[in-house]
Amino acid sequence: MDAIKTIDLTKKYKDLTAVDGLNLTVRQGELLSLLGVNGAGKTTTIKMLTGLVRPTSGDAFLNGKSILTDSGVVKAMIAVSPQETAVAPNLTVRENLELMAGVHGFSKAETKDKVAELSDGFGLGEIANKRAGKLSGGWQRRLSIAMALISDPIILFLDEPTLGLDVLARSDLWDMIRTLKGKMTVVLTTHYMEEAEALSDRVAILKSGQLLCTGTPAQIKAKAGTDKFDEAFVRLIKEGQP
Amino acid sequence: MKGLAFSKRNDLEILRDPLNLFFGVGFPIVLLLFLTVIQRNIPVALFEIEHLAPGIVVFGLSFMTLFSATLIAKDRGSSFLQRLYTTPLTAGDFILGYLLPILPICIAQSVICYAAAVLLGLKVTIHILSSVLFTLPVALLFVSLGLLCGSIFTDKQVGGICGALLTNLTAWLSGIWFDLGLVGGAFQKIANLLPFVHAVEMERAVLRGDYAGVFPHIWWASGYAAAVTAIAAFAFLRQMKRQ
Repeated sequence: MDAIKTIDLTKKYKDLTAVDGLNLTVRQGELLSLLGVNGAGKTTTIKMLTGLVRPTSGDAFLNGKSILTDSGVVKAMIAVSPQETAVAPNLTVRENLELMAGVHGFSKAETKDKVAELSDGFGLGEIANKRAGKLSGGWQRRLSIAMALISDPIILFLDEPTLGLDVLARSDLWDMIRTLKGKMTVVLTTHYMEEAEALSDRVAILKSGQLLCTGTPAQIKAKAGTDKFDEAFVRLIKEGQP
Repeated sequence: MKGLAFSKRNDLEILRDPLNLFFGVGFPIVLLLFLTVIQRNIPVALFEIEHLAPGIVVFGLSFMTLFSATLIAKDRGSSFLQRLYTTPLTAGDFILGYLLPILPICIAQSVICYAAAVLLGLKVTIHILSSVLFTLPVALLFVSLGLLCGSIFTDKQVGGICGALLTNLTAWLSGIWFDLGLVGGAFQKIANLLPFVHAVEMERAVLRGDYAGVFPHIWWASGYAAAVTAIAAFAFLRQMKRQ
């Protein structure tokens, strides 16, 4: 069974069609990057897949469950790390993790175990008692992803996870994202081409709300006739018609 | 249980902000102290402690709108709510999670204000306890106003609207600082159509043990509280759908 399968997924806002008849498949355990220029429909697609926005038409199935008719089941199997850092600033790192465990209905013992596991795994132990709002951007983003993972999601959505981070913080976060590969299905949106190339099993390029092409980074480069991924992206966007 | 985790978070966010503590507790006590000193030097019946304390309690509660609205507006602006919308929390969990945890803070604020008033000469009676309990509809009114404003405005707008406009409306139209009858006319009529003066009069009546005197003020305060809560819940659900 595919982890995600969208069928003619469409979202219209009055005169604007943000996502137009999207047919996309993401395999189990795969890391797929959604690429596109601003307004291509990446964030709207993620919002529909995570139940934040209802599609105008079409449907999507996450592990076989419809986002329209099984939204409760879908919510239980996904997690999202939003585009902007979404942490509670006056809560400590530990309290932020405990909050996410709490809203997923974990018992005290489960919460303790899970918080300890993620604190160790993400190197958050030493700053566990520090307020999230006092952390650097890189550490806040790291905490944000750890918060998304507390419910052991089957599918994880990372919306621009390294946006605004410096080179070192980005590199650290890439290493961390690599550790997730194979353990769960990851859908990532990014504007950084080197990030997509370094992390993705496959990429899907969106243009004007429609799917332009999908493939491995190597396949995308071959299709565009260049050995540079960012050049390939620009060429396909400029020349390609959905 | 799920909603409880969210409620606890909201409590901590408010209580750990030093500005909230200053405006929520420090400022009303400073006002109480300041006006009591004035009253001792230039005796004014309005500023006698048994008359002044209930007014300051109500005025102090108006800051809860600012705290609540700021928290919600910041959550909306920072994607924090979007993250939580993808969890199993329900719409009811969100609404109750923003309303209920602030009520105990309101009660604590009222207790501290009355305790300060006792130190400044307020006679200790059982009616102080009743007065604290009767702040509940007023507290709900201000906390719901916070939910409403936080659901509609940005955190910067909330600062102006709740921090400046609402606190001034509460101050000027409540009869705390001056007798509304002295101004009279349209000003008094407008004040009587709003809940603030009724909240203060209700508190004053309870504090002097005149339980019949809470009517009709309690109906005004409770009616406004119920209506604003319903409108705020609607506004929150609307922005939730939009997000």
